[in-house]
Amino acid sequence: MSEQLHYALFTGCTAKQSTPELLSSTLAVADKLGIKITILEEASCCGASHIQDFDEFLAHVLNARNICYAEKLGLTMITICNTCQLNSAMTKHALDTDPELKARVNEKLAEVGLEYKGTSEIKHFLYTLIDEYGLENVKDKVEVPLSHLNIAPFYGCHNIRPSELHEDANGHENPYKPTSLDSLIDALEGNPVNYESKNKCCGFHVELQANHTSEVLAGNALLDAIDNNADMMVTPCPLCHLKMDTYQDSIGKVMGRDVELPVLHMPQMVALALGCTEKEIGLNFHVQKAKHLYTAS
Amino acid sequence: MSEVKDTRKVTIKAFRFNAETDYLPYTKQYEMEVGKDELILDLMNRIKWEHDGSFSYRRSCRHGICGACAIKVNGKSVLACKQNAIELLDLFDNDITLEPSSKKRAVKDMIIDKTDFWEKHAAVKPYIVADIDPRPETESKQSIAQFNALLDADLCIQCGACHYACPALEVNDAFLGPAALAAAYRFTADTRDEATEDRLQITFESGSGVWDCVKCFECAEACPKDVNPIEKIGKLHNMQFEHGVAVSNVATRHAEGFLRGMKKTGYLDEADIVTYSEGYLGMYKHLGTALKMMKSGKIHWHSGIPFINSIPKIKNLEEVQKLIEISQTNKL
Repeated sequence: MSEQLHYALFTGCTAKQSTPELLSSTLAVADKLGIKITILEEASCCGASHIQDFDEFLAHVLNARNICYAEKLGLTMITICNTCQLNSAMTKHALDTDPELKARVNEKLAEVGLEYKGTSEIKHFLYTLIDEYGLENVKDKVEVPLSHLNIAPFYGCHNIRPSELHEDANGHENPYKPTSLDSLIDALEGNPVNYESKNKCCGFHVELQANHTSEVLAGNALLDAIDNNADMMVTPCPLCHLKMDTYQDSIGKVMGRDVELPVLHMPQMVALALGCTEKEIGLNFHVQKAKHLYTAS
Repeated sequence: MSEVKDTRKVTIKAFRFNAETDYLPYTKQYEMEVGKDELILDLMNRIKWEHDGSFSYRRSCRHGICGACAIKVNGKSVLACKQNAIELLDLFDNDITLEPSSKKRAVKDMIIDKTDFWEKHAAVKPYIVADIDPRPETESKQSIAQFNALLDADLCIQCGACHYACPALEVNDAFLGPAALAAAYRFTADTRDEATEDRLQITFESGSGVWDCVKCFECAEACPKDVNPIEKIGKLHNMQFEHGVAVSNVATRHAEGFLRGMKKTGYLDEADIVTYSEGYLGMYKHLGTALKMMKSGKIHWHSGIPFINSIPKIKNLEEVQKLIEISQTNKL
């Protein structure tokens, strides 16, 4: 690579709270690959679709503010959460295609000395690794091949749907037959598990108000992966991770079967293969035991 | 010069089942040459006309208006008369299976019993409720802006593609589903309609209404007419707050409660959102999970006290506080 890749990282809330392992493994992977990361410490919550339900205009103002800080740096904004990706991209799309809305949002942003221009791209880290860093280059850096692991890719809705919104940012991934995570697993020499639920919903967003729906959707996906001989699941979305890692006991009760499957964040899987440290990978932060997956010493 | 080959020889699989005579469904295979301009509907016609006259499916208009021919191909919802066959053969490596929109509702081959779809559609009053003068002196005009407010919701052809692609419906029989909810939006957003509050109330109900949507965007992807049902579901959420229909409950507090944390730190407060949404009495359900999360370090301890002072603050927090103050348009 001739020029060092440099991105503005929008961490999202979970990487700063319940999934510190997501942030540490992301930074460790970037460091190993020689990708420069500037954390957007000014960025707030994306609203996670819930503020959008409450007050759509306010959600656009807050997301536009986050994007402004990436624009100020002149960098692509990368996300490490599918839902952050979706909500940021929805605001960008709305503002870039509706001048009247953009003007109304900028009127508010002017009150805090900011202006949304629309100059920064927004991309999930998974797709920058594939489209910009290149899987061949990732492959060259593998120190601990994952050939001993059957890995079930779980794509998470908000990176792949709606496809029209994402197609420029996700390499035209087809939501009915996504391939990015599978090819990343291949590049790390792991064995991608083929199972029907890989592009389905985990149920996270209705965890509180429609708990049964949430548990069954997560249970269907976890059991599908288990029945297809997965040793672990991997997801680019920390919300999928939270649903599927944290609630396996209660999901098991609803499904009437034991559910035990480590669910790793995408950067944790890459970090395992690149030989990052145990502390950086942070498997101790998982509710479902996962520490045995760290084999380097 | 060699001739460019415009056709491809493939084996098409189809779900077969006759509820009157079969105990179980089965799959049959049909070999055919598929041309580059052929539609999935053409393939179904050829199965019926060239292979097996008993193969059954619904079809009528052949140009994407009647909504009769919605089926699934390898799990992807398609309107058979709009979907190019080669496109799908390319996507699925020449291995495609034609299936009804909902296998469990199959009556004969591709034909399903859509009773649940129509019942739910009817439940949202999908018509204009108004005292209309039977002998009007003037036209009841709508401006372009008034029409535009319906967004694309008026384009729905009731094909059921989104309804049977919805995973929430698969788990929760009571859920109205994306098609009925998009229809609810279409008539609620119509300025001639007088049933706004009524329809917002129907779509607010917990278990059946918009708050049971899992936000997977399968409906947006499945719709052959770009109705984008989940966008309309989002609009209904907003309208329920605007019209004061949204009362305080676990779902609405969950939506509004995000702002509590954001005002304090810029981030969502993950512990507070559960406590605030559920109420202190509802928290007991989460104690087991909370203990597990503490044990693994997912809930951070600060000076030995969980939930308190454990969240960092964003830089320039006062900007977020100010923007919430000046931009918030809804209240709970």
